[in-house]
Amino acid sequence: MREVDDEKNLRKRKTVSIALKAAVWFCGILTVGILVYILSFILIRGIPKINMEFLFGEYNSETLSAFSSVVATVEMIVISLLIAVPVGVFCAIYLSEYAKRGNKAVKVIRLAVDTLAGIPSIVYGLFGMIVFVYAFGFKASILSGICTISIMILPVIISSSEEAIKAVPDMYREGSLALGATRLRTVFKVVLPSAMPGILSGIILAIGRIVGESAALIFTSGTNVLKDPTLNLLASQRTLAIHMYMLANEGLPHSRDMAFATGSILILIVFLVNFAATKIAGMFGRLNNE
Amino acid sequence: MDNISKHNNAHEKLMQAIFFLSASVSVIAVIAICLFLFLRGFQAISEIGFSEFILNEKWGPTNVPPSYGILSMIVGSIYVTGGAIILGVPIGLLCAIFLAEFCPPNIYRIVKPAVNLLAGIPSIIYGFFGMQVVVPFVREYFGGNGFSIMSSSIILGIMILPTIITISESSLRSVPESYKEASFGLGATKEETVFRVVVHAAGSGILTSIILGIGRAAGETMAVVMVAGNSAMPLDKIELLRPIRTMTTNIVTEMSYASGLHQLSLIATGAVLFVFIVILNTALSLIKSKSARN
Amino acid sequence: MSDKDKIKIENINLYYGDFHALKNINMKIKTNEITAFIGPSGCGKSSLLKSLNRMNDLIEGVKITGRVLLDNIDVYKEMDPTVLRKRVGMVFQKPNPFPMSIYDNVAYGPRTHGIKSKAKLDEIVEQSLNSAAMWNEVKDRLKKNALGLSGGQQQRLCIARAFSVNPEVILLDEPTSALDPISTMKIEDLLTEIKKNYTIIIVTHNMQQATRISDKTGFFLQGEVVEFDKTEKLFSMPKNKKTEDYITGRFG
Repeated sequence: MREVDDEKNLRKRKTVSIALKAAVWFCGILTVGILVYILSFILIRGIPKINMEFLFGEYNSETLSAFSSVVATVEMIVISLLIAVPVGVFCAIYLSEYAKRGNKAVKVIRLAVDTLAGIPSIVYGLFGMIVFVYAFGFKASILSGICTISIMILPVIISSSEEAIKAVPDMYREGSLALGATRLRTVFKVVLPSAMPGILSGIILAIGRIVGESAALIFTSGTNVLKDPTLNLLASQRTLAIHMYMLANEGLPHSRDMAFATGSILILIVFLVNFAATKIAGMFGRLNNE
Repeated sequence: MDNISKHNNAHEKLMQAIFFLSASVSVIAVIAICLFLFLRGFQAISEIGFSEFILNEKWGPTNVPPSYGILSMIVGSIYVTGGAIILGVPIGLLCAIFLAEFCPPNIYRIVKPAVNLLAGIPSIIYGFFGMQVVVPFVREYFGGNGFSIMSSSIILGIMILPTIITISESSLRSVPESYKEASFGLGATKEETVFRVVVHAAGSGILTSIILGIGRAAGETMAVVMVAGNSAMPLDKIELLRPIRTMTTNIVTEMSYASGLHQLSLIATGAVLFVFIVILNTALSLIKSKSARN
Repeated sequence: MSDKDKIKIENINLYYGDFHALKNINMKIKTNEITAFIGPSGCGKSSLLKSLNRMNDLIEGVKITGRVLLDNIDVYKEMDPTVLRKRVGMVFQKPNPFPMSIYDNVAYGPRTHGIKSKAKLDEIVEQSLNSAAMWNEVKDRLKKNALGLSGGQQQRLCIARAFSVNPEVILLDEPTSALDPISTMKIEDLLTEIKKNYTIIIVTHNMQQATRISDKTGFFLQGEVVEFDKTEKLFSMPKNKKTEDYITGRFG
């Protein structure tokens, strides 16, 4: 025993330890480095190309305007949230406030939510195409895209809402119930308001998901770009992410430049979304600590 | 008084029903997705023949006579996913270890949000970055035209980083302090303790992160389609530096002009991918229930 | 040999941030004796124990002044902590086996210190488990997860694990506080059995335990050593009033 533990062995162990420490530091820095490289690569080339024409002008081969896509993206965000948020939050309320422990239905619902979260975008796209585009006859349209993406963002909203609702201290509920409030009133007047920041940050993450989505939309809301952007849900209009995909694939220098510009807008939105989600979640942490 | 409580009761009942219905939406959605995908997929496979579809490497839906073999794309998906894991897991795991055990708080405030941001970047940005940076880089330094398994693996390896890092970090953090104390008490260094005890104890969480990473890589479409080159290669022509077609990119490159059996066969490709994802999910819940039992 | 001072504690002061947890401690610990530290919780006995193998280094904001000498070598200035902790092993309050097999738990230490040969590891594992009086209990299930053992077995496994690196001193931090009386008895028997080969320091809440097994006892109060003497003496005719109050149960 003693003879192994000599100076040499200790030196070797120290060297290995230092190497491991260097490796983890390297990978930590590398991860940040990759992020910074990707972002700066796109932003440096894209931001100077953003102008009013591009943002709000009429689409032609010169402007390659993103206006139609901006309209489509906003439509998609607003209406998908109108559908998915109530469904998702109610589902979370059911799971955390109403369902009994060890309930079979809860197990099935959880499994379903987990499964939804793991399904790749492209599979959602196929499903949306089969069901909404063809079976329901919505054709390739914003509406088909909305239906598809509403299902897609459900798991995000459900899990963040459930987590937020679960974090509401039981004494709030007891306080309300003790005053003779019904369970329903307790949920809406006490639980939901205190869980609101958590639910909101889930919604914001869902917005990020909608803005960035492409594979699920390419066959549902389509790749059309309109000279006169319309709010008509039955029209096919590409979203920003798909706009970027189409520009990138055109292969011309000008369209590539505008792909950088579109990418920069997407990144700025992602920044905003992440920032807002963390801020709101942080607020939540403070609220519950008080 | 009675009236009010009756009214309240009816209200309560109604809302409870609405809550339950909302909760059922996810279940209905999963059932519908399975149903439609498999229905159409089955239609295609029964017409093409199971082994003709899965075990045939020849894909030529517009040939006369057409052939619908997706074996080379299954292999393609396995290769790019494997490549992503080889690159992403070590970097991600080491980064998670860094965050959980070695990172000073002021640096944590930079790295952690960076990882979250990495998770939020849309696929399309990764794809475009790959097309503009990784593809030329591979072409320059490794050869070929750059659109390749290698480029796809690099991009996917980056894309799975946040999944690996976030989940591994939280499982590393949940390892009890007492294990570390025991290891230090035996004269182990910090690094020996972390790599031999903490990582070991966080094993099931790390495995979970890897499986989720596999799922994310195998299902990724838009980023891959922009860097993979997308040629359906016969099996013996599949090489690291050559173009590749995966199951996902097969769907996205051909769907826009496919019809009839061709279109159905693309949906069937999606169904095969879905089966793969379901298998991964099952593995996940097995790990979960196993670690819950411990 | 047995008159030799194994550990000398000289003017140790320890601060957690602003809190002065140990005040000017001086002690000499003799080879092949069992020394017990007793006192109410928060009195500093565990802190002192952890300064002996520098486990306090791991806690942020800890400052230590003074010297701890192991065989006349300053463990803070002249010794690498990994070497120190190999020579001065530790058993913790709660059994903390690694979530690995019984075999791997015991083999962890020697492997860390560079032993790779399977035969040598087998030998160490058997020896260590034997010294902890549990070889016969577990020899047929060495590959089973250690977390499947009972609490008492887990703690003896932790003792075996401490033996595995062949230490000279073993520190035990209330090792039986989480155990039932039978497991406690087994561990006490074990300690008296092994003291001929080791120097043992045990922190305990339980005064009976100190009287049963220790040769010397130190009584701690508010970061100071009130009295340090032969166990018999300290318990039969304490010199200090505070000690007397404590051992007769008048406070603490």
